[in-house]
Amino acid sequence: MAEHYPILVLLFPLLAAFAISLFAGRRDTLAFVLLVLAMAGSFFAAVNTLVQVMLTTESIRYRLGNWPPPFGIELVVDHLGALVLCMVSGCALLTAVYSKETVRQEIPDRIHHYYTLYCLLVSGLLGMVATGDAFNLYVLLEISALSSYALLARGRGLAYYATFKYIILGTIGACLYLLGVGYLYIKTGTLNMADLFAILSRAEMHESATIRIGFILIILGFWIKMGLFPMHGWLPNAYSQASTTTSCLVAPLMTKVSVYVMVRMMFSVFSVDYVFKTIPWHELVVWFASLAIVAGSISALAQRDLKKMLTYIIVAEVGYMVGGAWLANANGLTGTIYHILSDAVMTLCLFMAVGAMIYKTGTSSFAAMEGVFRRMPITSAVFILGAFSIIGIPPTCGFFSKWYLIQGGIEAGQWVYVVALLFSSLINAVIFFRLIEIAYFGTFEAHGDHALPPRDEAPATMIVPMVVTAATLVVIGLYTNEIVTHIVQWAIPSGL
Amino acid sequence: MQDLLHDVVAKYNYWAALILLLIGLYGMIAKNNLLKKVIGMSIFQSAIILFYVSIGHKKGASIPILIHGHGDVAHQAIDPTLYANPLPHVLMLTAIVVGVSTLGVALAVLQKIYRVHGTIEEDELLETIEK
Amino acid sequence: MDQIPFIPSTPALAVLVSLAAVPLIYLSDRRPNLRESWTFIAAVIKLGLVLSMAQWVLAGNTHTYDICRILPGLSVTLTVDGFGMLFALVASSLWIVTSIYSIGYMRGLDEHAQTRYFMCFAVALSATLGVAFSGNLFTLYIFYEILSLSTYPLVTHHQDEEARGGGRKYLTYLLSTSIGLALPAMLITYSLTGTLDFNSMGIFPADTAKPILTVVLLMFMFGFSKAGMMPFHSWLPGAMVAPTPVSALLHAVAVVKVGVFSILRVITGIFGINLLDATNLNTLICLIAGFTVIVSSLIALSQDNLKRRLAFSTIGQLSYIILGAGLATKLGVTGSMLHIAMHAFGKITLFFCAGAIFVATGKKYISEMVGIGKRMPITMIAFFVGSLSVIGLPPAGGLISKLLMVRGAMEADMIWVLVIYLVSSFLNAAYFLPIVYKAFFCTEEESKFENKVAEAPIFCWLPPVITAAMSVVLFFFPWLFLGFANVMFQ
Repeated sequence: MAEHYPILVLLFPLLAAFAISLFAGRRDTLAFVLLVLAMAGSFFAAVNTLVQVMLTTESIRYRLGNWPPPFGIELVVDHLGALVLCMVSGCALLTAVYSKETVRQEIPDRIHHYYTLYCLLVSGLLGMVATGDAFNLYVLLEISALSSYALLARGRGLAYYATFKYIILGTIGACLYLLGVGYLYIKTGTLNMADLFAILSRAEMHESATIRIGFILIILGFWIKMGLFPMHGWLPNAYSQASTTTSCLVAPLMTKVSVYVMVRMMFSVFSVDYVFKTIPWHELVVWFASLAIVAGSISALAQRDLKKMLTYIIVAEVGYMVGGAWLANANGLTGTIYHILSDAVMTLCLFMAVGAMIYKTGTSSFAAMEGVFRRMPITSAVFILGAFSIIGIPPTCGFFSKWYLIQGGIEAGQWVYVVALLFSSLINAVIFFRLIEIAYFGTFEAHGDHALPPRDEAPATMIVPMVVTAATLVVIGLYTNEIVTHIVQWAIPSGL
Repeated sequence: MQDLLHDVVAKYNYWAALILLLIGLYGMIAKNNLLKKVIGMSIFQSAIILFYVSIGHKKGASIPILIHGHGDVAHQAIDPTLYANPLPHVLMLTAIVVGVSTLGVALAVLQKIYRVHGTIEEDELLETIEK
Repeated sequence: MDQIPFIPSTPALAVLVSLAAVPLIYLSDRRPNLRESWTFIAAVIKLGLVLSMAQWVLAGNTHTYDICRILPGLSVTLTVDGFGMLFALVASSLWIVTSIYSIGYMRGLDEHAQTRYFMCFAVALSATLGVAFSGNLFTLYIFYEILSLSTYPLVTHHQDEEARGGGRKYLTYLLSTSIGLALPAMLITYSLTGTLDFNSMGIFPADTAKPILTVVLLMFMFGFSKAGMMPFHSWLPGAMVAPTPVSALLHAVAVVKVGVFSILRVITGIFGINLLDATNLNTLICLIAGFTVIVSSLIALSQDNLKRRLAFSTIGQLSYIILGAGLATKLGVTGSMLHIAMHAFGKITLFFCAGAIFVATGKKYISEMVGIGKRMPITMIAFFVGSLSVIGLPPAGGLISKLLMVRGAMEADMIWVLVIYLVSSFLNAAYFLPIVYKAFFCTEEESKFENKVAEAPIFCWLPPVITAAMSVVLFFFPWLFLGFANVMFQ
């Protein structure tokens, strides 16, 4: 049993997808129960995998069908992978519980189809994290992408058009990746990541133009997938027009998994030497990341719609992570990896809180915030915690990722990046305090203890996951030391 | 010049893939009609599939199977230099499936766009959205 | 080392006790008397816990308690030393007095959302004590931010247009400077030195380039903008939209003093006065602080709104304290530490009086207060004593700390600082004494009040009397606070 945990992480959602589509037609409660059970099972297996990795302090290699690599496909779960597996399955579990009421409100027909896609998306994402094979990664990438297209399309207003744009750009990104893998394959004759790493470390490979083009194509592909500025155009519309549950699932996870895969490609397929020495463009990348941060923050400031604002913040956060990874020092990469975790949790937290407000008020404009402290005290507390984390106020985890990223920036002498990070923190503070002001002051008429709006809190299936997420923010923050020394440290390649 | 010519001729498969790729990219970016964008996307994907297939190809190569032994002669593998690399071809089976699915989803979404907005011309679409 | 006479976690308990009161206050929302008694119980326990450590610290010891290691190489640490103790004692003793006053004021005006008010107050006090006991800059920063955020609902308590403006200004200034300046300064310091622990010898390596030191110092000074150094001062008058008890405790004592405390910690614990003296950076500190002292005092002269005048007076006095530390001599720093306490008692008295006047008469402007001494004699006598303390005249405690700073200026041989001190004291007298004079000595026709004693409720006038009395007591017995300041240099 114990040695099968890595595959169980993937199998639970995958099998649940079949089960739900076959047995749960018209039986919404059954579909919901199956979904939650599958996600819980997956999360349980992921946690066990993490524990296993931490106990043995080496990565788990799971051979599918017992074919030895490099011929067969293997799953490779190292410290970082296990952490991200936990993050993905954990967020998916919380969102699954959360989805019960909003899905019924927003997508009342064919819920079992919706949940089937949900499971497929999660299994695709988990597979991307766990796989040790470059082509397998492409397939899983497309599985998650295809299911996310279908999920995002079931949204409101402009969802179809936004999704269409996402399909086009997502396909370009995935195809560029596939092309890049093709280049690597021409030169190395293998698709196994560990094998690729061994071959690409050879000196003659550093000279090869083919490999260089392959590297650029792969990285470029993932930048498009994660929406790095200026390739972010599709992201805000697609994510903000989606239904609440979809945005809660897609927004925190898709970009973060893409960043994870980028880090994986940079350091587990290519090497530190290759990434930072062979092509001397990392300073340029950090500049672009800084631009992404600034542009994302300013665009977020200009929004008048809660969800759209959050999606622009994601654009800025992607800049944080890409910049940190390309700073070429250990602190920066630590910050990036820690931020993958913390950003997923805080984005989830905010999307959930906003989702609950939309659920109650039916609008996602800033007006949804009016008097929210009185109407929905728990939701607003969750929202504030998430906001503090995005701004970077201790002891929420957002502060500590910024701590590492800025420290990395100072160490690398990348002052533009440092200033961009601080600038974005300030803009975030403005954005969120503007919202808090709307919530707190309302329209001035509610002054005094008279004529207050009645308390109207979201249902318990939404409250519980929200509160858990918000608490996780603080817990991650308080256990930064443990997370960094016991998990993140292992993911820092030597030589950085 | 000679070198360049040599490069073009000797690696014509790559150039062909590249040209298809660019045509596809052009279609996706520049075309106003959403259906044409989808066609561009398909060309883009096909270009990559062709690229992979051409990697595995070898002039006059055989298929990678065992030579059947008769009587006392045992089965024997053929010389690897004589057969075409099957792996890229097999991979492309998956990629084709992915491509078809993407096409399917794109067309479905396109149909929905037409039903909701009444057009698949991007500029007209944007106009209706503005309203 | 001797056995410590208290449980090791006492500093943490002292920080947490008011936090523990928050849920209790929330739960007794509908029973005001019970709710207020939680505040009292927490305040008294807090003072008791702080006092229990006093003897030990006075004997020249320090006590360190690690809460948790939050980053590799950085812990959240509480350290009790003389300076921290001094500040903690001021804050916790004044919390009790302010609680009494809050009850009188809030109930007297029948304010809304009193539960939220007392909850935020308790959180703010926790953060203040956290700052006081911070063992390193990192811990200090965390509590500093918590304080900024927990006081926001207090500042904007009235929830009207004016409060929104004031609150916006408040957060904009405090957050933008702490995130934009103090945080990067801290990170630069950390990457240069590898530590953020306070050390009286300073933590910078001796060969650090002077331009870097200068920039970091400036970033810290302006980054902790709670200290109200110009040009980052204007949140303070803006925040006067808060209810008076908030202005009193937070904007005369806790918040602004936290800013000054942080800067003093940076000066004494991160740079070290030796380094500042050697690099001559102390002149820079003195210049900025001296400028703020004079300009804010001049502005205060022209203010007609009593609370605004007090606010500008506060800005001046805060820089006064930093000026003392900027002298980088033992006497100067001792004096400035002591002035934190002395000014706190004096200024809180003045704010209490302003509030009492508002509760009793609804008057906010000085020009409307002619003859008020006959209507509210007790309040105005307390006001008089408070202003003596701020000006630095006997028999009030402010004299002692000002004398120390003046002697420090002479020791440092910085005559121009001495001039600033004297001019500023003169200006202080010029903007306070006429209020008192006009309150008592005016003709019948000039007076705007009936000649009848009608004080505010006892909850409103008793606290300023207590704090005014404390100011006088501190003049005769300054040894307790002086002792705390002195142990820093043993």
